Amino acid sequence: MIWIDTLVQGVLLGGLYALFAAGLSLVFGIMRLVNLAHGDLIVMGAYLILVLVTLLGLSPFVALLIAMPLMFALGWGLQKFLLNRTLGDDILPPLLVTFGLSIVLQNALLEGFSADSQRLPTDALTTASVSLGPVTVGVMPLLTFASAIVVIVGLNQLFYRTSLGRAFRATSDDAMTASLMGIKPSNIFATATGLALVIVAIAALYLGLRANFDPSVGPARLIYAFEAVIIGGLGSLWGTLIGGIFIGVAQTVGAAINPEWQILSGHLAFLAVLLVRPRGLFPRAHD
Amino acid sequence: MNTYVVETRTRASNVTAILGTALVIALILLPLYAGRSTIQDMFFILTMLVLAQFWNLLAGYGGLVSIGQQAFVGMGAYALFGGVILAGMDPVPAILLSGVAALVIAIPTAFFAFRLQGAYFAIGTWVIAEVFRLLLAQWKTLGGGTGTSLPRSATKDMWFVDAIKTLLDVKTSAARDILAYWLALLLALATIGGIYWLLRTRRGLALAAVRDNTEAAKSVGVDADRMKWMVFLTSAFGTGLAGGLIYMQKARISPDAAFSVTDWTAYVIFIVVIGGIGTIEGPILGVLIFFALQSLLADFGSWYLLSLGVLAIAIMLIAPRGIWGLISERTGLQLFPIRRRLKGGQLDNLED
Amino acid sequence: MALLATHNLTAHYGDFQALFGVDIEINEAETIAIIGANGAGKTTLMRSISGVLRNGPEMVRLEVAEIGSAPADEIMAQGVSMVPEGRKLFPSLSVEENLLIGTYGRKIDGHWTLETIYDLFPILKERRNSPGTALSGGQQQMVAIGRALMSNPRVLLCDEISLGLAPVVIKDIYKSIPKIKAAGASLIVVEQDIGQAMAVADRVYCMMEGRITLSGRPDELSRDDIHNAYFGASH
Repeated sequence: MIWIDTLVQGVLLGGLYALFAAGLSLVFGIMRLVNLAHGDLIVMGAYLILVLVTLLGLSPFVALLIAMPLMFALGWGLQKFLLNRTLGDDILPPLLVTFGLSIVLQNALLEGFSADSQRLPTDALTTASVSLGPVTVGVMPLLTFASAIVVIVGLNQLFYRTSLGRAFRATSDDAMTASLMGIKPSNIFATATGLALVIVAIAALYLGLRANFDPSVGPARLIYAFEAVIIGGLGSLWGTLIGGIFIGVAQTVGAAINPEWQILSGHLAFLAVLLVRPRGLFPRAHD
Repeated sequence: MNTYVVETRTRASNVTAILGTALVIALILLPLYAGRSTIQDMFFILTMLVLAQFWNLLAGYGGLVSIGQQAFVGMGAYALFGGVILAGMDPVPAILLSGVAALVIAIPTAFFAFRLQGAYFAIGTWVIAEVFRLLLAQWKTLGGGTGTSLPRSATKDMWFVDAIKTLLDVKTSAARDILAYWLALLLALATIGGIYWLLRTRRGLALAAVRDNTEAAKSVGVDADRMKWMVFLTSAFGTGLAGGLIYMQKARISPDAAFSVTDWTAYVIFIVVIGGIGTIEGPILGVLIFFALQSLLADFGSWYLLSLGVLAIAIMLIAPRGIWGLISERTGLQLFPIRRRLKGGQLDNLED
Repeated sequence: MALLATHNLTAHYGDFQALFGVDIEINEAETIAIIGANGAGKTTLMRSISGVLRNGPEMVRLEVAEIGSAPADEIMAQGVSMVPEGRKLFPSLSVEENLLIGTYGRKIDGHWTLETIYDLFPILKERRNSPGTALSGGQQQMVAIGRALMSNPRVLLCDEISLGLAPVVIKDIYKSIPKIKAAGASLIVVEQDIGQAMAVADRVYCMMEGRITLSGRPDELSRDDIHNAYFGASH
């Protein structure tokens, strides 16, 4: 029975990792850009929500609604004015600029908020748990997982049902030809990163509600997100969810054996997948 | 008169050779006239320079952007501590063990990381470094997660320490610093010399070809995979040696410090990017700028790293070849010329 | 006044100069052909007009507007649409999506809609849900033409639409040109296939080594003129 419980907790944890990863996957899928500051942006989002909660006395969920457009604007500007300038055949500029950004963000947060651990305020609902057959699960992990599903369904709808989604896919295929369709690739990239940061804000809410955070926890979030994306197969959103679940289950199983092995087991599971299926579980047909 | 001569030397490089020799002699003799804090600063500069040169070899010449160099620093450091504490080795020869240990873990690391391309290779190396950090944190004999120190007996009786004490008439602690400094100087010179030599050989040419265009390099018979392996393993070995040396001097280790991505990879990347990636001169200039900034901004805590990050981003966007690139572009100066030039024969006339 | 014109247009790829002062013009409802050997600069000319290559603002005019330095997306929005060389369909998009994306930057009510494109190329309606790149070369060319028409452009640039296609397929594609003309667009047709180009064009420009070497109505030009303009007089 304990094992079923472990498994369920792991799957639900995977929802959080999928939320971490969805933005990374989106941006990579559209412009082949890996943002090494992704984890730090999640942490920054958590601080933004914290500030809104503290200053305006809002519930974290309401604060998220304000944080989302702010994060969109930040992502849009970041891509338009900084990251677009790094795109090209050379892989060094985007890597080194986003790595630099990661260090800048961490230290800016450290300067602004100190190294003390923070947490978003929780209420009775978010700390409650429900019984699902043989296992008891927290409302918060369930909510996280449901949010991950909603985000992925929403992104897929956007991608395959809207004109903007077509423009995303066309630009990803061939930016030059896309511009002949009246698409401005630099704006498409900016919109995509804006959207990625909206998802980052959602991920940040759950990061802050579920556990303590401080300015240094970003890189680990980037790594979990990265592992989920690679396991799922580059550019596949449902694959990213499966990848997140894979890491989540590996971590909870590892932790059940020895609490010190939680993170390590996640990494080892990732390496095992890399060994067997180097292109992930659901690779894209063309790339 | 119509014979061609292939030359890589320039007038600047001849001057460099003379000035360089003088500089090396001055550096060797530094402990005779410099105080202990200068020696410690120089140790820091030289070991960072070694790390920067090897990262530059990987990323600047090999096109392999690793964010996992801390794996080799940490592994090298732990190998040294293991050799000293568990096998009773003297710390000085144990530095070689550091290099070997880094080389050994580089093989499975490369095996996994080479399955990933570009940016994913970068994060892949980082994940693997994390794996080694977490594994070593489990090694209770070497202090587990909290770490351990080198036993006093081992550091006191280190090779050469007595000789230096008598020779320079200094205390044991100062003698240890001087020993570490000389070893760092030796390592830095060997690193620069070795990389310069490598880049001037046929393999160096092949390396440049692989970086510029893997497919084209393959079509002229360059084995790109073998070049990548060679660069990765060489760089791991050198980084491991530096890691061992750094922690021999620190004499105190913990997994978080020895596998720190900030200390052993972020700083190193900033040094190379600011100085100039893809040149031997760049990391040298970069480490000097880095040290100057650190001395200036040391009191400002996180502002220091923040401004270093901003500077690196700005340089990457405005002058992707770094500050040395700017100097070299303006003046044509090359201290370590690698490009081959044809001299004599018809070509000179054509240029007229 | 000409609808679209280039004035002393030059273009460079790095140090290499590809166009040397090219002047062409096209009027409302006119079809012109640009012929020339490989490397004559035809595709560079198309890339310059469509904004893929940027030039001095005054080098390309759409009526009175100077558009020589505008980016491709703005030029497309003003009604100059291109069928690029090599068709360049989007592999991630279905046939219908490839057509729909043609209206992204310019939504103008006009003759061309999904329905009228499917009337022009009925095969595309059958294959509407296939990935664009799963089609034969000729069908892909039809999608590329349809995609460019979807925005109801004022000027349609067709770059080497017969390239790599079998003669019978080329005939099929060229059958659509009179219908496209009839719907009101002006056409610039770039071709190596002189016969096809002369058959549809009101006027012809011949290019060699980045310059216009000959221009005129097809019935005014002799075979020798064209031969000389195409290959150079010394041949």
